Amino acid sequence: MSSGKRVSGGEHFMVGDHACAEGALAAGLEFFGGYPITPSTEITEHLSRRMPELGASFVQMEDELGSLAAVLGASAAGARSMTATSGPGFSLMMENIGLAAMMEIPCVIVDVMRGSPSTGLPTAVGQSDVMQARWGSHGDYSIVAYCPNSAQECFDLMVKAFNTADEYRIPTLVLMDEVIGHMTERVMIPEAAKIAFSGRKRPVRPPQEAAFLPFKADGDGVPPMAHAGEGYKVHFTGLTHDEKGYPALNAEAHRALVTRLVDKVRLNAAAIVEYEGLHLDDAEVVVVAYGCTSRSARQAVLTAREKGARVGLLRPITLWPFPEDKLRRLLRKGVVKRFVVAEINMGQISREVERLTQIPVLRVNHPGGAMILPEDILEAALS
Amino acid sequence: MNAEGAKIASSHHLDSLFRADRLPHILCPGCGIGPAMHCFAQAMLESGIPLERHVCVSGIGCTGRVAGYVNVDSYHTTHGRAIPFALGISVVRPDLKVTVFSGDGDLISIGGNHFIHAARRNINLNVICVNNFNYGMTGGQAGPTTPLGAKAATAPYGNAERPFILPYLAAAVGATFVARWTALHVRQLKEAMVRAMKKKGFTFIEVLAPCPTGFGRPNNIGDGLEEMERYRSRCVVNHRAALHELDLDLRRIDQPFVLGNFVDIDRPHFRPPMIEHGPAAEFGRDERSAERGGDGMEGAP
Repeated sequence: MSSGKRVSGGEHFMVGDHACAEGALAAGLEFFGGYPITPSTEITEHLSRRMPELGASFVQMEDELGSLAAVLGASAAGARSMTATSGPGFSLMMENIGLAAMMEIPCVIVDVMRGSPSTGLPTAVGQSDVMQARWGSHGDYSIVAYCPNSAQECFDLMVKAFNTADEYRIPTLVLMDEVIGHMTERVMIPEAAKIAFSGRKRPVRPPQEAAFLPFKADGDGVPPMAHAGEGYKVHFTGLTHDEKGYPALNAEAHRALVTRLVDKVRLNAAAIVEYEGLHLDDAEVVVVAYGCTSRSARQAVLTAREKGARVGLLRPITLWPFPEDKLRRLLRKGVVKRFVVAEINMGQISREVERLTQIPVLRVNHPGGAMILPEDILEAALS
Repeated sequence: MNAEGAKIASSHHLDSLFRADRLPHILCPGCGIGPAMHCFAQAMLESGIPLERHVCVSGIGCTGRVAGYVNVDSYHTTHGRAIPFALGISVVRPDLKVTVFSGDGDLISIGGNHFIHAARRNINLNVICVNNFNYGMTGGQAGPTTPLGAKAATAPYGNAERPFILPYLAAAVGATFVARWTALHVRQLKEAMVRAMKKKGFTFIEVLAPCPTGFGRPNNIGDGLEEMERYRSRCVVNHRAALHELDLDLRRIDQPFVLGNFVDIDRPHFRPPMIEHGPAAEFGRDERSAERGGDGMEGAP
């Protein structure tokens, strides 16, 4: 596809990786720094073709360490910026995810998950990076992670991811998986005017007028962001810092800063969390599944209903923050007798569910290489 | 001195260039980073580029702290990643003058891959590398510039590895301006920085700097003053020196320190492909012919 337009409005038959790239362009992507890695390469290749048409900067970096660093620099200079990778590259990005959180530089990181650990199964599906996405960089910080289950959602959630990253000044992750990235299906791209856009909060007064405190947060926990070259003479550091941005290497400053970084997402979770429910109202068994696995789970739930079994599906669209309020509400009704968590790893989101409930949690896992079959989920749901 | 009645100056003509509210700095007595930072500030002034358009990016280490002291937009990033972070700024804001100011360990060891690729691409970036032959911040460990045989906290029997010759490396991977000065040669160093700031493309300046705490002490060099004295008495300025012969060993009294502005060439600097300009090679040629009207080949070996 080479429309020469930022928003390729209309109906398309499109592979998930390309839909992801088109979503980024529609969101106003201005800088991409990345390194080829299966199964995300089609995102990088597509952007290398599309960005030069739009006056946006595409740079193929020397590695994933440099990729995310360049993304952060470009974003610090005011550009909407992203990278795309898979497990091994995602691991290399961990340190700079912490830097993004600490410097509060918005960015979008797409991780198309494959079978892991290590080089694992480069061309085959996995959902192995869910906990790494949440906890991978050292220390406490917060991120948002979206998890699409269709090519359409790859597009839609990229737009959302850029808005969320800017709104909260956080690294925002889009956790695709190999099946979703490589699956071709119908994608409706709206016209440009219908693409939601919410940008960064910016300093309201010019730099000459008053001393600007680049890390002084407003009531919502988010400080307005000044960019390089605007005259504010900002200092950004990965060290613990005060509201001026100056290093403040003591426990009190650390508590104030890290608490705020964590609270930005924790206290706004209700506004951020997204999920999809199917037949949850009377469900005695709730299947929790996400990404490509949610498509098998959906089939399992529909089959169970045909058999008269009261089975429902909870599909987190934000894996992080996890829709724990929804889970608690389901539990309060007292109808749910069992959870079934299906995921292509040895048990990651199942830990979140187990943390939130006393009732049995059945796991349907395998470590990667193929999708989980609806039959396997159905069997667990009906057992 | 103050107690005896001498006055400490309450202001300095370069105050506006530093974040005076962050002083005193953390650097040890005798450290060479301070003079190098002073040269950088002076060079920014003399570059004719407004301070609002200067950006300083550093990594981690003693030299990495410089970004926190200069009063321009400044970013103190992760260890080794100053160059790609700066690349991002430089690419999306080509009107800004971006300087990476960091140490030898940060830029050449953990950040070595970014260094060679940024130079190869000829990213529009000025890199200033303070080389003090060791990892100072962590307490004097051996690094990629520690001379063969020199003692360090992780080389108690003497360093077993051959060090990089930084100007040789920078020239080989494509830097368009390559210089080496010392923290003693403040005038020449500042002038080299101004020249680098006026160029487009990837420039590299090595600044030899005393680290009496980390490197001087275990190698019996003495204090910072003694190390400065070695720079003074043994330096040789040769702009046309053969770069592969620029080995350095502060401990050897028979070896000169060769300083100079070794490379000053022009080649097209990196810009991301934009199809209205045609393929990359096409606009590269345009760029080159535009630049030839300016800097020329002055000082090329």
